[in-house]
Amino acid sequence: MKALMLKMVQFMKPALNLFNKGETKVVEFLERKNRTTALFLAPYIILFFTFIVVPVVVAFALSFTYFNGIQAPRFNGIDNYLFILTEDEIFMKTILPNTLLFSFIVGPGGYVLSFMLAWVLSQITPKMRTFLALIIYSPSMTAGVAIAVVWRIMFSGDEQGLTNSFLLRLSLINEPLQFLQNPDYLMPIMILVSIWSSMGVGFLAILAGLLNVNKDLYEAAYMDGMRNRLQEIFYITIPSIKKQMLFSAVMSIVGTFSAGAIGVALSGANPTPQNSGQMIINHIEDYGILRSEMGVAAALSVMLLLLILGFSKFFQKILKEDD
Amino acid sequence: MTGINFNPQNFHKSQLKFYIFLLPFAIFMAMPIVYIFSTAFKPIYELFAFPPRFFVQQPTLKNFKDLFVFVGYGLPVMKFVINSLIVTALVVFSSVLFSSMAGYILSKKNFKGRKLLFEINKLALMFVPIAVMIPRFLVVTKIGIVDTMFAHVLPMIAIPVGLFLVKQFIDQIPNELIEAAKVDGAGDFYIYTKIIVPLSMPAIATIAILSFQATWNNVETSTLFVNDEIKQTFAFYMATLTNISNSVAAAGIGAAATLIMFLPNLIIFMIMQSRVMSTMSHSGLK
Repeated sequence: MKALMLKMVQFMKPALNLFNKGETKVVEFLERKNRTTALFLAPYIILFFTFIVVPVVVAFALSFTYFNGIQAPRFNGIDNYLFILTEDEIFMKTILPNTLLFSFIVGPGGYVLSFMLAWVLSQITPKMRTFLALIIYSPSMTAGVAIAVVWRIMFSGDEQGLTNSFLLRLSLINEPLQFLQNPDYLMPIMILVSIWSSMGVGFLAILAGLLNVNKDLYEAAYMDGMRNRLQEIFYITIPSIKKQMLFSAVMSIVGTFSAGAIGVALSGANPTPQNSGQMIINHIEDYGILRSEMGVAAALSVMLLLLILGFSKFFQKILKEDD
Repeated sequence: MTGINFNPQNFHKSQLKFYIFLLPFAIFMAMPIVYIFSTAFKPIYELFAFPPRFFVQQPTLKNFKDLFVFVGYGLPVMKFVINSLIVTALVVFSSVLFSSMAGYILSKKNFKGRKLLFEINKLALMFVPIAVMIPRFLVVTKIGIVDTMFAHVLPMIAIPVGLFLVKQFIDQIPNELIEAAKVDGAGDFYIYTKIIVPLSMPAIATIAILSFQATWNNVETSTLFVNDEIKQTFAFYMATLTNISNSVAAAGIGAAATLIMFLPNLIIFMIMQSRVMSTMSHSGLK
């Protein structure tokens, strides 16, 4: 471990040195040769291409091959896509409907809610706003693992579970419900949990945008005959923060589709009970890791990325139209 | 009452309706987290109590002690915490450094391909790492960092949202400032360290938070790229811990672990929230 740390320090040293001694000979050399542009860009760009661009390109390429991870990939045209769309029963019957249902509720639901909450927060005094914004934002910090733990305790299947005991005491149920193991409850709980944790960066962007709208605009609009808050929102507020809203929309779409693995985390089982919480993300894992059908998995990845891209472009269209 | 209808400085009873709207949401948002806090400090008999109480009666640190006495894979839990701390520190440091450097260049320099690079990065805002986990695994294998600490660090450094935000923020720094420094003979290193970094602190704080959250909570690198137990992170250890034990008794330990995961996020965000907000006001996407 210590050796490893030393190795890392060594690795970082050149970079650190450059910045500590702003006027060393190396720096002078680089500046003179005007190579700093490339040097400043290189670390980010190299990592960006290696771990983001290349994997996407590889996924795209592999999606047209048969690849089991051992032998070299073999080109097979659009077979993988055809297979998913025509032969993979689970995909058409559960995975796709699940993903779409989940995203159509969590995406727009979370988005509208984040706008509403941000707008209302912009109407109250700064101290209370900061406090409440922190509360509303904090669930998004419990990403991944923590989310599952938090909600598993809330929806624990025995009578010690908070939700169960609450319902038992109100006599709404007679015996504890297996919330996370029951296919009927899993999806609604996934949706609830995802909306709970969706007030993240996008929510902050809208709130910040709202607080920076030029107040003169409102004044002028009221002079011109604007009458109420609703008109205010539609004619002044939304057009003023359109860019932040688009950023937020993209964040919310991405967040929605990456949250797809929550079902497995909540129920503790992959596949989820009767596939009730299976999403494209889980399906990719299923093919890629459990079945070593990497070509099919890659085709699913491409479809998922295209779905995200499509939704984002759609939003861009809507928000641009009234320009 | 015209115009100035937001960001009021004083309380007025007309604001009550807003509080009434916010209250149920605040409760819904806060409740699970408060319950985790409370559960983490519950002694065993309170965990088993029926009906369960929301708030802890007799708080104890036993769950935390159990968590740290607990030995996973024959290793003390502290080991995983230290791994997480090292990985997170390296990632946050590198992301902040690299994205602010790149942000400066993309914002203030004219060169061929600048627009294209920023457009690609903007497209990558929609990138979902988990969607391409297998190609990512292939890349990590190819460059030979599987089962090393580098596998935790390198894939996490480039955050498109981070570069996007810092670039937008640096756009606000007047070009005249940089031109003036150049006239005085300042080079890029000087401009970067003495002008760009100090003036874009809010954006830098924001990247730091984003990369902290992404890395500290990250399980994927452990699941996919690292098999060696001794190099796993706390988040991953916690995921395995909570997967094995689903019982009530484990809930206490799980809650204690969640609290340890959650608190650093909360504290860092609280310290930096005003900076984050000022960065977010420049987050507009065209």
